[in-house]
Amino acid sequence: MGTVILLALTGLGLAALYFLVASGLSLVFGLADVLNFAHGLFLGVGAYGTWWAAGNLPGAGPDGFGFVFAVAFGVAAGTLVAILVELVLIRPLYSRTIEQVLVTVGLSLAGVALLQATWGADARPFPRPDWTRQVTGILGAQVPNGGLLLIIAAVLVLGAILAFLRWTRYGLVIRAGVENREMVTALGIDVRKAFTLVFAIGGAAAALAGALGGVYFGTVSPGQGSSLLIFAFIVVVIGGMGSVVGSAYAAVVVGLVQQFVNYYGTSGLGDICVVGLLAVVLLLRPQGIAGKVATA
Amino acid sequence: MTLLDITPAPAPTSPRPGRVHRIRPFLPLVALVVLVILPYSTISLPGIFEGPVNSPGTLQLLAICLIFGGLAAGYDLLFGRTGMLSFGHALYFAAGVYGTDILVTRAGLPLWQAALLTITGGTILAALLGAVALRTVGIAFAMVTLAFAQVGAILVARDFGGLTGGEEGLPLDVSGLPAGLVGVTNTVNLYWLALAYLTLVVFVVHRVSGSPTGRVLAGLRDDERRIGVLGLDPYRYKLVAFTLAGGLASTGGVVYVLIVGGASPHITSSELTLSLLVMVVLGGPGTRWGPVLGGVLYMYLDHRLTAFGTSDAVDNLPAVLSHPLSQPLFVLGTVFILAVYFFPGGLTSLAPRLSHLTRSLKPRTPPN
Repeated sequence: MGTVILLALTGLGLAALYFLVASGLSLVFGLADVLNFAHGLFLGVGAYGTWWAAGNLPGAGPDGFGFVFAVAFGVAAGTLVAILVELVLIRPLYSRTIEQVLVTVGLSLAGVALLQATWGADARPFPRPDWTRQVTGILGAQVPNGGLLLIIAAVLVLGAILAFLRWTRYGLVIRAGVENREMVTALGIDVRKAFTLVFAIGGAAAALAGALGGVYFGTVSPGQGSSLLIFAFIVVVIGGMGSVVGSAYAAVVVGLVQQFVNYYGTSGLGDICVVGLLAVVLLLRPQGIAGKVATA
Repeated sequence: MTLLDITPAPAPTSPRPGRVHRIRPFLPLVALVVLVILPYSTISLPGIFEGPVNSPGTLQLLAICLIFGGLAAGYDLLFGRTGMLSFGHALYFAAGVYGTDILVTRAGLPLWQAALLTITGGTILAALLGAVALRTVGIAFAMVTLAFAQVGAILVARDFGGLTGGEEGLPLDVSGLPAGLVGVTNTVNLYWLALAYLTLVVFVVHRVSGSPTGRVLAGLRDDERRIGVLGLDPYRYKLVAFTLAGGLASTGGVVYVLIVGGASPHITSSELTLSLLVMVVLGGPGTRWGPVLGGVLYMYLDHRLTAFGTSDAVDNLPAVLSHPLSQPLFVLGTVFILAVYFFPGGLTSLAPRLSHLTRSLKPRTPPN
């Protein structure tokens, strides 16, 4: 019983990480039709921003409010990079989708290489607060606090994004833009501002995933973003593109399947099962579990 | 508007029929002959290659460049000519590399049997996975192919059954290979093999794109619905292109494993497919020679930039410059981004652009 609870909660921790990456990816994809390959870079910037701030910034550190400050710095850095990428690289190619995807591909190659050039290819120990290394007993399972922190953060982010989308004017524009961008443009609303906003939200969520992922894994390395990104892509497709709630469901399913199969089967089998799941979902329901419009 | 519409580069128009125009159709043949006899020359090109052209190191680099020229041309059959954005093409290449390596090294088969089995297997794999992936279109297709390729990467990295050697890779057991393909002195044979592969891919791609099937593929790229209205089944045509490209990629893998002498897990990474995309876009998607040029140039730069990045000239620069410059992918990624902005048709679009420029700069005679 304890093992099952432990696996479920660590699986949910992983799901939280996927959700943080996938939510922004899904919104950007739903609104702008751009498969953002540079999303892993935002995650890397968030992780390295937090890591750098904890070591170098006055007032920041691995403990207490110093850590909160360091994470805030990392998230701010990730958001800033996301906004810059949108303004400088994506916007000039407005509605030339394929070129936008190509630019993010180039950026993902160059950006990860830049991180590697600056801080080396090897993984660095992440400055995590002492309490995240400890475990909490839940129903007989000893659950690492880092995973719980991720789950709480993801739930808060999910709530915040949904509240923003549901009750603010910009949220309305984004929701409408995901449904039908041409119509929103025709009504005289500047969708480009919504693009920037969605990139900023996605960048912030990915950067938070980078910072908290550092706590979860204990290390930070340049390639971390791109390996998480592929599973986030899968989450986005399974969840239905453009749907934040769908991403949340899909992230939970993917995280749990991966964790349980990796434990009860051989290591690595879970990752393959996730891809199998993707194939099954696409064959049965090509628009994803929460998608309304068919992608075809 | 389809999601993946790519305007083909304008056909190079030469206004004056001259000597150049008359020998133009034979230029590829001339280039082929030059490439075939290249290993007989002992010219040194300092700065471009480290040793003379016929030294094994240079020949190996050239062979790798040629392989990737062929791979990029095969990938362009999907991306540039049919408009399918596949992010999993590295899988079929890796299937060729690991398939040959495992069959020769672990099963002890003779090379020709291993190669035949591998190419057949790679083609069947492409047909099966393509049959599933092609049920989606556009970006979803890209993601599904990426996910399938990721399974390949996981299988290789986790070393199931101890076949692939995991992170360390699998060196090729050369004892069972034909003597002409083994050893440093025989690098020239491998170079010719790579050249033969490139010629094969270029020939196949040109034949396919010139055939009625090729016209259907171009139609799919421009507007898939129109092909459907004409009564043709887009799915079948796309599957044919996907399977063919997969088969060509696994053939490339067979040659590559001989040249490099083993398999390493980095060829299964999604980064390699992204690199193929970069090569095609840099060269010019949907053009006759663009992808080949892009592939050759990309691999050349990738190798040379590594050497350049660790050279003294770069080390002496301030850290702000020397660290990024020591990363080939940083330079290539940046060049790629700039190319997307400033040369949308790739390298092959430069020539017509330049001729427009020179023509407009020429003094015009006012009409009488």
